[in-house]
Amino acid sequence: MKEALTLVQRLNAHPDSRCWFVSWSPTGTLLASCGGDKAIRIWGREGDSWICKSVLEDGHQRTVRKVAWSPCGNYLASASFDATTCIWKKKNDGFESLTVLEGHENEVKCVAWAPSGNLLATCSRDKSVWVWEVDEEDDYECVTVVNSHTQDVKHVVWHPAQELLASASYDNNICIYKEEDDDWECRATLQGHTSTVWSLSFDGSGQRLASCSDDRTVKIWKEYPSESGQDLSWKCVCTLSGYHGRTVYDIAWCPLTGALATACGDDAVRVFKEDETADPDQPVFSLAAQAAKAHNQDVNCVAWNPKEPGILASCSDNGEIAIWRFQEED
Amino acid sequence: MSGGTRLENANPVIFQRSGERLLTASDEDEDVHDPIDDREIFDLIRSINDPEHPLSLEELNVVEQIRVKVNDAESTVGIEFTPTIPHCSMATLIGLSIKVKLLRSLPDRFKIDVHITPGTHASEEAVNKQLADKERVAAALENSSLLEVVNQCLTSRSI
Repeated sequence: MKEALTLVQRLNAHPDSRCWFVSWSPTGTLLASCGGDKAIRIWGREGDSWICKSVLEDGHQRTVRKVAWSPCGNYLASASFDATTCIWKKKNDGFESLTVLEGHENEVKCVAWAPSGNLLATCSRDKSVWVWEVDEEDDYECVTVVNSHTQDVKHVVWHPAQELLASASYDNNICIYKEEDDDWECRATLQGHTSTVWSLSFDGSGQRLASCSDDRTVKIWKEYPSESGQDLSWKCVCTLSGYHGRTVYDIAWCPLTGALATACGDDAVRVFKEDETADPDQPVFSLAAQAAKAHNQDVNCVAWNPKEPGILASCSDNGEIAIWRFQEED
Repeated sequence: MSGGTRLENANPVIFQRSGERLLTASDEDEDVHDPIDDREIFDLIRSINDPEHPLSLEELNVVEQIRVKVNDAESTVGIEFTPTIPHCSMATLIGLSIKVKLLRSLPDRFKIDVHITPGTHASEEAVNKQLADKERVAAALENSSLLEVVNQCLTSRSI
């Protein structure tokens, strides 16, 4: 048995620009992309191929860095270098801009919805992480500003089931936050990477977190019962080094198959699989497949389809999106 | 940048500019594949203006051909530049100008790494990290006033 990554389709998504990020809708039927052309594009399948269903323009004045779907799939949030986050609502066949979240001092780097859909997190070059509460009237209110990082915050991600938030930063650290008496506090700082942490991904159960960095490694962190009862205890249980030739910009842990995909500055997309017989406190991951020249420039993002096992989307500095199928070959 | 304020390095040492590249017969032969070489990269960056002085980076010895490493087959370019003084506040701007010049001139396949020559700047690590962060470089280049300063450094002087 051997695994392989095969190309399904290549899309020239953001011509003459970077494609920074892609995100699947919760049903896996739509893919949103964003880029340096300030636009967001929504892709859907028609027959055997993926086509652009709508273009969301005029929402932002500068690069759109990341996009995120709400858990219900009816809203899309976009984080931009123009220091704002836009909330878009699905309407008929298209999307309309519902509201603009302001407050960050400069570039918003990432946005993520909590699994309940009632909370939204944003992070920025201004070193802060903001948590927003959404009410029934589609009103957004900032409930917390946390300043636990000392540098540019690159990424935020919620736990798949709990109201637990993780952030990654240029200060090389990862912070984990929990709500405490109406206030969000950093309850654990994960130190180990020796350069910028670009992205994070929880596994399906939420007991482990994968991080990727400019130090060209991937680390797997595991939650342990806390000793003091106060702080959360996360320990690095595995470091994947020697696989990536340059900065690892993104990581995606598939909740359906457990496969771990990475997006790298050496133009490759790699997929790792866990050795199921290994000690859970010392997991072992091995390279299952790679597309060495997945794109002809840096790969910025990888995203597993949430419903169709093995379908992976990636995007690159050359403005392209690629859709891949990861499967076992006979 | 030099608008009447006190110069950080008032009396820089000025270096001789190198001669023009000598063309060989195979350079002119359209049928021969010429890989991009160190000298070609050096020629792209040596005339970049210093933000502070009416001199080129070559004349200030900020860039030197021996600190250019290109590998055409692997599509990589590495540049080390040497700030004129160890506390030069222009180091990031100079590095950014070198990076932008190469991003604009070279085919997209090239990975461009710009670093400070080891041991020549007090904040070497911080400047290198900033220059290597493409997201921050992208954001910086969307800032019109910063872009204008970079473009000034990249404009060739008429002497």
